[in-house]
Amino acid sequence: MENIIRGRVWKFGHNVDTDVMAPWSSLGQPWEERRKLVFHIRPEFVEQVRSGDIIVAGRNWGCGSSREHAPENLKRLGIAVVVAESFGRIYFRNSVAMAFPNIVCPGVHDAFDEGDEMELDLATAQVRNLTRGVELQGHPYASEMLSILEKGGLLNVLRERLAGQSEK
Amino acid sequence: MAMTMAEKILARASEARSLAAGEYVTATADRIMAHEAFGACARTLLQLGITRLFDPDRVVVILDHYFPAPTPAAAGIHRVVRQLAERFGIRHFLSHAGICHQVLSEWGYILPGHLVLGTDSHSTTYGAFGAGGTGIGLTEMSYVLATGELWMQVPPTIRFELVGEQSVGLMSKDIVLHIAGAFGTEVAQYRAIEFAGPVADRMSIASRMTMSNMGVELGAKFAFFVADEQTLAYLRERTDERLALFGPDPDATYAGVHEVDVNDLEPQVACPHNPGDVKPVSQVGDVGVDQAFLGSCTNGRLEDLAVAAQILKGRKVHPGTRFLITPASQQVYLEATAAGYIEVLLEAGAHITPAACGACPGAHMGVLGTGEVCISSTNRNFRGRMGSPEADIYLGSPATVAAAAVAGRIVDPREFWTETTLS
Repeated sequence: MENIIRGRVWKFGHNVDTDVMAPWSSLGQPWEERRKLVFHIRPEFVEQVRSGDIIVAGRNWGCGSSREHAPENLKRLGIAVVVAESFGRIYFRNSVAMAFPNIVCPGVHDAFDEGDEMELDLATAQVRNLTRGVELQGHPYASEMLSILEKGGLLNVLRERLAGQSEK
Repeated sequence: MAMTMAEKILARASEARSLAAGEYVTATADRIMAHEAFGACARTLLQLGITRLFDPDRVVVILDHYFPAPTPAAAGIHRVVRQLAERFGIRHFLSHAGICHQVLSEWGYILPGHLVLGTDSHSTTYGAFGAGGTGIGLTEMSYVLATGELWMQVPPTIRFELVGEQSVGLMSKDIVLHIAGAFGTEVAQYRAIEFAGPVADRMSIASRMTMSNMGVELGAKFAFFVADEQTLAYLRERTDERLALFGPDPDATYAGVHEVDVNDLEPQVACPHNPGDVKPVSQVGDVGVDQAFLGSCTNGRLEDLAVAAQILKGRKVHPGTRFLITPASQQVYLEATAAGYIEVLLEAGAHITPAACGACPGAHMGVLGTGEVCISSTNRNFRGRMGSPEADIYLGSPATVAAAAVAGRIVDPREFWTETTLS
């Protein structure tokens, strides 16, 4: 996992929920169909997002359902990281399990405009707005979560555990 | 050390003598619930070469999110789930008994003090029995099925002391919507809730389930009521397991204590498109409804259907409105039929669907079209939740939904529900 992430910012508001990120009608669809249905609140985002882009959001990003298609779809769209004021906790856990990074950073919503360049250190959660020259301190991941992210997700932790058992 | 309910449950589940909020633990689940998601989880395990679960007898598998299958693809998933449940030796395969949270509760699978992990965010419902229920995704469920374990952080707890007198026409849904509006949908973010106080103590099990269910809409990891004599009486009819009262230590530490006075509280309605955008029903304005939906793990229980039947008795569903009712389980459906509620509702012009999640997540049996308005007894009014992103969803109590079905618009249910109607 790369610790330093740099990218162009897409900005979202508060309470963007999992049903918006992964509507029921999109579940189980092949990606090309799914892509047309996700984030219906902002069609231009899905059309124009590029691999390595970053999302800055307000409070409660990912509130709602336990469907992990929400972080999965963001990963598929090429989003490198979401930096938000706060997160829905199931979405946040699911993201850790799928090795998709999200950083809590108070003040981030006001510190960025759409199109600004961000540089983020995942290990320290230092957030820089390169366009404005502003620096913010996010909440670094606890070591328990960081180790899952670094291993590439919870299924890799399970693989390691199984390998350890078979060696015994 | 004095502990909250969350601390006690996670201490027991991680074999720690005591725990405090903020600590990380590896917890073993007492009960594991998977709906249609079981198919994907079991496939993942087979791909990893895992052919045996940690403990198949802790696992309950149920088909509820899209039963009966609305598409060939859904039917195919149900088939796979059935096959894999058999292959992994799941004895507690409940097929199509109703919505997971209602069925696990009424079949006695949820016990006070236990840790319950489920592939559904509304697993907080189990808090109504003093159980630590919380929702997880497919990847975490795959890990739990294989190992029984999951990392967890011990959440701080906030208490809501519910005081006052619950007047006629005011349901527990109104109280929890009021909390969402007054305290915000993040009041319990990364936290556990304990609902307490005299109103909580007097509340029926079904009403408690509604509030615990909505706990996740307040951000909560767990949403508890104390397991009291009423809880034990409910469970004794459903399980042979040893049962004990369960609650927090008297001097446990809380991150916050909020008093909520229900005296003079009006029925509450959450307006589009967030469960926290709550207004008293008198301030919602003139909103005509195309669909009134009564159902879901939030409010599809017998007492909810009873209220609807009381309101619809001798009345008709408004000609411009369709009133869809989805009982939360086959058992609820049967009891509502025996009590005569279903006949009253049918005579009034309501439509009754099979017991399942149905319209709530926009799966089928009541999906909304562009420009439509729905008043719903469910938990989420997110944009597009029940179908078209161009539909408006309002959330209310079963009484508010039933009253809207009669009036064709959102009205104060107390116009139709008085002391005399209920006697």
